[in-house]
Amino acid sequence: MIRCITMDAPVKRSQDETARAVGRALPHDSAVLHVTGQAAYTDDLPEPRDLLHLAVGMSKHAHARIRNINLDKVRTARGVVDTLLAADIPGDNNFGPIVADDPILVENVAEYAGHPLFAVAATTVDFARKAVRLARIDYDVLDAIVDAADAVEKQSFVLPTENLQRGDAVAALKKSPHRLSRRIRCGGQDQFYLEGHIAMALPQEDRGMLVYSSTQHPDEVQSLVAHATGRAAKDVVVICRRMGGAFGGKESQAALIACIAALMADKTGRSCKLRLDRDDDMIMTGKRHDFVIDYDVGFDDSGRITGIDFELAGRCGISADLSGPVNDRAMFHCDNTYFLENVHVTSHRCKTNTVSNTAFRGFGGPQGMFAIEYVVEDIARHLGKDPLQVRRKNFYGVDERNVTQYGQVVEDNIIHDIVDKLVDDSGYETRREQIRAFNAGSPVLKRGLSLTPVKFGISFTNTLLNQAGALVHVYKDGTVQLNHGGTEMGQGLYIKVAQVVADELGIDVDDIRITAADTSKVPNASATAASSGSDMNGKAAQAAAAKIRRRLTEFACRHFDVKEADVEFAGGRVRAGDNDIGFRELVVLAWADRVSLSATGYYRTPKIHYDRATFSGRPFFYYAYGAAVSEVIVDTLTGEHRILRVDILHDCGDSLNPAIDLGQVEGGFVQGVGWLTAEELWWNEAGQLKTHAPSTYKIPTCSDLATDFRVELLHNAANREDTIYRSKAVGEPPLMLGLSVFHAIRDAISTADNPSPALDAPATPEAVLRAWERWPQ
Amino acid sequence: MARVPAKPRDRIRFLLDGERYELDNVDPTRTVLQFLREDLRRTGTKEGCAEGDCGACTVVIAELNRDGSDLSARAINSCIQFLPTLDGKELITVESLAGPDGDLHPVQRAMVDCHGSQCGFCTPGFVMSLFALYKTQTAPSRETIDHVLAGNLCRCTGYRPIISAAEAMYDETPGDDWLRQPAGRGQPPAARIAALKSLDDGCSLDIACDGRRFIAPATAAELATLLAEHGDATILAGGTDVGLWVTKQHRDIDTVIYTGRVKELCELKVTPSHLDIGAAVSLTDVVPVLVGHYPDLEDLMLRFASPPIRNAATLGGNVANGSPIGDSMPALVVLDTTLKLRSASGSRELPLDDFYKDYMVNDLQPGEFVESIRVPLPEAGVHVKSYKISKRFDQDISAVCGAYRLRIDDGRVADVRIAYGGMAATIKRAQHCEKAMSGQPWNEQTIESAMRSLTEDFKPIDDMRSTADYRLRVAQNLLRRLFLETTGGLDDTVYHYGRTG
Repeated sequence: MIRCITMDAPVKRSQDETARAVGRALPHDSAVLHVTGQAAYTDDLPEPRDLLHLAVGMSKHAHARIRNINLDKVRTARGVVDTLLAADIPGDNNFGPIVADDPILVENVAEYAGHPLFAVAATTVDFARKAVRLARIDYDVLDAIVDAADAVEKQSFVLPTENLQRGDAVAALKKSPHRLSRRIRCGGQDQFYLEGHIAMALPQEDRGMLVYSSTQHPDEVQSLVAHATGRAAKDVVVICRRMGGAFGGKESQAALIACIAALMADKTGRSCKLRLDRDDDMIMTGKRHDFVIDYDVGFDDSGRITGIDFELAGRCGISADLSGPVNDRAMFHCDNTYFLENVHVTSHRCKTNTVSNTAFRGFGGPQGMFAIEYVVEDIARHLGKDPLQVRRKNFYGVDERNVTQYGQVVEDNIIHDIVDKLVDDSGYETRREQIRAFNAGSPVLKRGLSLTPVKFGISFTNTLLNQAGALVHVYKDGTVQLNHGGTEMGQGLYIKVAQVVADELGIDVDDIRITAADTSKVPNASATAASSGSDMNGKAAQAAAAKIRRRLTEFACRHFDVKEADVEFAGGRVRAGDNDIGFRELVVLAWADRVSLSATGYYRTPKIHYDRATFSGRPFFYYAYGAAVSEVIVDTLTGEHRILRVDILHDCGDSLNPAIDLGQVEGGFVQGVGWLTAEELWWNEAGQLKTHAPSTYKIPTCSDLATDFRVELLHNAANREDTIYRSKAVGEPPLMLGLSVFHAIRDAISTADNPSPALDAPATPEAVLRAWERWPQ
Repeated sequence: MARVPAKPRDRIRFLLDGERYELDNVDPTRTVLQFLREDLRRTGTKEGCAEGDCGACTVVIAELNRDGSDLSARAINSCIQFLPTLDGKELITVESLAGPDGDLHPVQRAMVDCHGSQCGFCTPGFVMSLFALYKTQTAPSRETIDHVLAGNLCRCTGYRPIISAAEAMYDETPGDDWLRQPAGRGQPPAARIAALKSLDDGCSLDIACDGRRFIAPATAAELATLLAEHGDATILAGGTDVGLWVTKQHRDIDTVIYTGRVKELCELKVTPSHLDIGAAVSLTDVVPVLVGHYPDLEDLMLRFASPPIRNAATLGGNVANGSPIGDSMPALVVLDTTLKLRSASGSRELPLDDFYKDYMVNDLQPGEFVESIRVPLPEAGVHVKSYKISKRFDQDISAVCGAYRLRIDDGRVADVRIAYGGMAATIKRAQHCEKAMSGQPWNEQTIESAMRSLTEDFKPIDDMRSTADYRLRVAQNLLRRLFLETTGGLDDTVYHYGRTG
């Protein structure tokens, strides 16, 4: 059974509901283009006649001094036009977004197997990729640190270790009636966007550089390309109409690819395209941080946590990249929905000779939640209670016990209601009993059940990033072009923002053309990340459209001699007192009266503030909530499992588009399940990643979806904060619902004499068998 | 006397959108995807991995059935399919489906209505796999949908809306065109059949391109002669491995000799004692016949690669390639399969068990090829099972693949064959284990001793698929599963638990 309940009816917002776009389950704006193959991704754009194709030569060693790079054979290979080395870079050899510690091409020391050493330009993709293999590189191989635990031992860090403290964890632990400690691990994850990294750079007149980039952050690509090629921002334009998936993997990493393309374009004076082969993409670009987590928790007989100490060690790879904020977010989410009165968190940002890890949906949040959910489960199993009981015991209160470890008051706590409803809807209690009976009579196959909650903080933790811009043009025929700083990676941002603008102007969504993210239209835009896309760009676009509507209203008042309150825009028409006129007609009249029909809009998220020195303040505008119940069956001879049933209840506030939001919930959940069960990154002893293609790195397939999958969006769930139409962000939070599957697996293999199996993520068949049979670590 | 073969044709011919393409001077290893995207600038079909694992490049190949009355529609991965292999076929891509006025195909309409695309990059591939399903089955079950889509990865949706689309696509109003008619409704128009028939001249192909050649003989004798002449040629069957030599290893292959047009190699015969499977028969065609005789191999065969791979790949290729993780061979070995090997100097038969010499080394002599695979038909009272263990159920490579043939007489093991893949440099019989079981009572004690004896048979390795410890342990535990399944101690598997059918 597959059942998904969405809100079909538009949320009440207008006298004329049917004319409203917001709240309707409209298809993705590019859906028809997707299914017919007409949607143009960067590699599908018409190619300039002089185009060169690039390939990148990478270090094969995890840590090595580069003695010599001999490209003689590369240069004379068929079709090769030019090569690029670090020494050829006229500007800054860096694509690090926060700290300038990420060379585009290695100068002296390669720090991971896959580190880019040089690039080659040839007349075809094939010639370029073949030529790269002809380089002769002389290395002095150095010792490599591969594992995060090893990095902690050797004090190898990309950034200083951080500490967050509230109350007195040490004293509380000493006094606790019960105490548990353990080391657990969760793996990393490759974003595995279906469209690999790509950029095409086209030199323009007067040192201009136009870059088509598959990027979540065109502004950053613009500035890094400018710095690398010795240009000013004004000389570089970056455009992205859509990405074939990104998931954080194209937040900072896209700049590396774009910089190489632009540098080669600069050097050769020809258009250059760099499209990474899948294996190169997976070897060369960053992933989710894997974590080694040590916890020490004290609790009372009811399972309530009295004190906790976490030591989080995140594998950052070779550079800072976004690892600072990723690890910060892990510290902010190691409470999840639970009040931790006395808590101490240590966060190590480990430097390893592996690819520099980066953003991935959840951005540290999943690792933080993995930690606390494991703790809560262990407490319950230690006390012989149902974990659900212990979860409820520790939930944040609504009016008390409601301050997070970083000092933010949880003002919008709805987790109690969500969990109560989900427990009922899923038949949790009955099924718990059925499973107990089944397992008693089934020695090999074991079933397990788990409910896990999610509370996810919405906003960039770096306050300054919480700003957005938009640009709206109304043409004389009444149609509209919409632009904003957000990028479309499949999440449906563009249709959601178009729905907002349609309602602001009272016109049909089809009269709006959604245009590509373009640094020449909206400058200085933050990355489309942190789930904030529709919150921020929706508000900015609404502000732009509202300006135009205001001008049109003023004009209508003058023209028809009516009061402002008598002017209404709806259904493609404008009512002004007794006059009823088409939007288009009004626009033409306004134009003739010399009224400006173009406007920018700007938004900055209110209320947030945060002091990074003390890890305190209100980093998040609000929280998004959800919960999932998952049931699995495990084969204890092999460690294989299947997901039998999943029930999800998720909070999107008043959804801007329930079909799009449902897609985010379902897709995020499955991606989270992949992270926790099947997707395993495996490095050999030399520090080379050996899982760098879909043949070896296994994301979920169709049959991995639960046989019985029931997803519901929370109804009547208006955001308490003044977000765009009281909706909530939905990109990241559902990913962490996947924790329910991981803990259902643990539940299935939990027995009286092994109540808390030592299962690390991902719970591959091997990991599960290891935990079930209790092999020595 | 054998008929003198006509002069080989020097160009390939195929159909696309009703148009007949005739191409000469074709690079022997140019892929269908490169042809579409780079030569035709037909960019709807995407490259996601260039190794046949993600399905973004899925296109459909239509071919005439045996009596020429109907067309089959099968999905393949265009990223590793060499262009010359299209000869005689019709290529259907995502751009082919919508009507001339932009009218969406029922599959496309359902995908839009069910919100089946998010980023849209995998979507053309899903549309084509769903189109192949639409043209071959009606009212598919969830399990069927899962199997059909096993070769298409989507990272955005979590698949639910795509499954919904697979169910909903039959509800759309189809329209008159053959492409829009679901399976079982409407015959292909005579003109379409005639156009395909006109491509079929039974000729060999010899396509030259800058000194490189793509040769497709029409008979086994011709193939034998060619192999004797071209010692350095690469034999191409389904191309699901050779394709990667080109797209991933960037090898230059100068002479390709393709088995897909060799009449004898494309035949599958059922004799009173054997299945006689031509080496070029696709896995898709082998599976129903093999599973018809050995029903317990169904799970293995459905989890063997993915539909687009099985549509292209051949059993002969899997066997001759001889990877230690090839999924067909453990089962074939325990079934006492023999190979018919042929060269210009004659034919010989060899037990499959004697074929593998070392890692990727087999007994084929220069100029020799696998002509057919002879699988004995089942005997009554014999259990035949094969279990595959991998990180993911569908379309994954085995960490371990075990196969077992067992006869129990009067509570004793009267006959046993056990072979494993993933445990050694080749597919290998577990001889110590077999010995530990032979003649013993079929009980707990025997299974314990059989499990122990596996440590003498195998010293597996650690790699990205699993550790040596897990390989050995799970290989042992699979013996226990065999015991439980054959003694009524286990009547369900996680793979099927709670699923319909």
